[in-house]
Amino acid sequence: MAKKRPVRWHIAVFLAPAVLVYSAIMILPLFSTLNLSLFTRTDGGTGFVGLQNFRTLFGDPRWSAAFWNALGNNLWFFAVHMLVQNPIGILLAALLSLPRLRFSAFYRTAIFIPTILSFVVVGFIWKLILSPLWGIAPDLLDMVGLKSLFAPWLGKEEYALTTLALISVWQFVGIPMMLIYAALLSIPDEIIEAAEMDGITGWSQFWRIKLPLILPAIGIISVLTFVGNFNAFDLIYVSQGALAGPNFATDILGTFLYRTFFGFQLQLGDPHMGAAIATAMFGIILVGVCLYLFLIQTRLRRYQF
Amino acid sequence: MKKTLGTALLAGTVLGGAAWAEDVTLTIESWRNDDITIWQETLIPAFEAANPGIKVAFSPSAPADYNAVLNSKLDAGSAGDLITCRPFDASLELYNKGQLADLTSLASMANFSDVAKSAWQTDDGAATFCVPMASVIHGFLYNADAFAELGIEPPTTEEEFFAVLDKIKEDGTYIPMAMGTQDQWEAATMGYQNIGPNYWKGEEGRKALIEGTQKLTDEPWVAPFVQLAKWKDYLGDGFEAQTYPDSQNLFTLGRAAIYPTGSWEIGVFNPQVSFTMGAFPPPVPKAGDECYISDHTDIALGMNAKTGHPEEAKKFLEWVGSPEFATLYANALPGFFSLNSTAVEMEDPLAKEFVSWREKCQPTIRSTYQILSRGTPNLENETWNASANVVRGAETPEDAAKRLQEGLASWYEPQKAQ
Repeated sequence: MAKKRPVRWHIAVFLAPAVLVYSAIMILPLFSTLNLSLFTRTDGGTGFVGLQNFRTLFGDPRWSAAFWNALGNNLWFFAVHMLVQNPIGILLAALLSLPRLRFSAFYRTAIFIPTILSFVVVGFIWKLILSPLWGIAPDLLDMVGLKSLFAPWLGKEEYALTTLALISVWQFVGIPMMLIYAALLSIPDEIIEAAEMDGITGWSQFWRIKLPLILPAIGIISVLTFVGNFNAFDLIYVSQGALAGPNFATDILGTFLYRTFFGFQLQLGDPHMGAAIATAMFGIILVGVCLYLFLIQTRLRRYQF
Repeated sequence: MKKTLGTALLAGTVLGGAAWAEDVTLTIESWRNDDITIWQETLIPAFEAANPGIKVAFSPSAPADYNAVLNSKLDAGSAGDLITCRPFDASLELYNKGQLADLTSLASMANFSDVAKSAWQTDDGAATFCVPMASVIHGFLYNADAFAELGIEPPTTEEEFFAVLDKIKEDGTYIPMAMGTQDQWEAATMGYQNIGPNYWKGEEGRKALIEGTQKLTDEPWVAPFVQLAKWKDYLGDGFEAQTYPDSQNLFTLGRAAIYPTGSWEIGVFNPQVSFTMGAFPPPVPKAGDECYISDHTDIALGMNAKTGHPEEAKKFLEWVGSPEFATLYANALPGFFSLNSTAVEMEDPLAKEFVSWREKCQPTIRSTYQILSRGTPNLENETWNASANVVRGAETPEDAAKRLQEGLASWYEPQKAQ
């Protein structure tokens, strides 16, 4: 009979610090938010109402209209990032990794710098650039004779959200660029040389050899973009205010949550409805990330060099 | 020997502690970050000179964030000793939650009329929880030099108002009116609440709305929106993306001729403009109509119920309620009119012009502030959105009014019954 295996205490001991810290600052607040959403304010304090806040959020015509509007705007915000930011990031990375490109370190730094700027700075600068009164955008367009194309973009319902999404793309394009650039650099020279021996060069080399090898990195970037966009708040708040004007055209889940949770002007904050929105956001992000992990991540092929 | 030393040390500590405790610092929470120099250079030194041992620190936050920041600080127990009070429900809610102290017994409360105190009382008027400081009056500022240059007079009726705007537009030197819709509140506060009282007849309409005998879809409440919809053509290019500071700058730089606003701008604009400013009250619909102005009880000071220094804070509040403070404040901040019953002598001509309207027009307060913004959707916030939409032409006056009425009727009992 085999000897009884000793209890391996060291595993628990080594895991404990991380588990404790993570529980205290991540898991507990998460559950307390979920818990908060099950209560409501009553005359004498708070009372348990079960899922009533969620019924209001999805059932009441006003609340649900605001929620779906915010979710729809958020999806568009995400779509612009996926369609503009990530392809440009990949393109820039591909260009930067060209061996003959001069000043590549300079370009890399210059493109990455906006990422480390504060949202407040970015929002303010772009608001000034695009200002119909003092901005340089109307003058620049005037110089090339395209003044007629100028519109007060941030104040127009049909353009405001796309404009803000593009500002955010401008700010964050450095992140996919850097990640893809690193992935491209990690492709061994032998593979590239072998491809060249087989006569695959230039763009066809990129499409057939490099792109498949950097797909896992693109996957990670997509997840980061998804999570980042669905938690976005700062840029909209800085440039459009908590009411996310014009006419809620730029209202995303983050601003909707802020307005509800903390209140705005004469509207008092409602932490319980706010927590319900936060929970819905958590659910959306969770579902999105799970879809990625189980449907896409598992099908990605990995290559060992 | 050892014992004596110990006692001496102990006594020293106690005495030192007492001396330390004597200098109490009171912190004021406020949204008036524009006023920081006035508090630090005029008001606080005057109080500190008369009350040695009490230090006062003025710590404002951004106006749009104030309510959210204050609520979080009060909930967390980190708010200052003195709280600048928004009028009506925002402060009433804080009092009901036990976060603002009852100040009914303060001696200086006798210096204020019931109307002045109404914005900071319980619905039955039994308890007052903030010392009223000032009200602001809505109206229009104009560039008097530009008016002289174009040979136009300040308008008194709706018809004259649009004639003046047409003339400025025709001339082309000036943008007729400086207002943007980016921040939304300009359209509501400087637009709707500014001109509205002339149509809904001030207090009469406001009270009728609260009682439920009038609806927001009634003619007097739609009419101001109809006016706002006409403003669009007289605002500068790209007004959709124009912010409140943009509008202020357009006017103070002399690029716009008329600026719909409130008296609170006087103190901000006086040092900035290089032309003569004038003011006219909101134009009445027809010549000879009774005029109404929004004389909004805007700002008061209350005490954090959990303050560590209630005695000192009360001392400060007594001073805030005194005629001495009223004179200092009204002159340091022309455009913030004292609510103190003692008449205050003001020096600023523009402030005098604004306050003179109190004699010929009926005063009222902003229609959405009392009771009507207690529920969700919040009528005041909805009005911002609706006014901005109407000015941009994205929503018709009738649709906007209908939407506001539906929102209000969804939670407000007296409006539901209809």
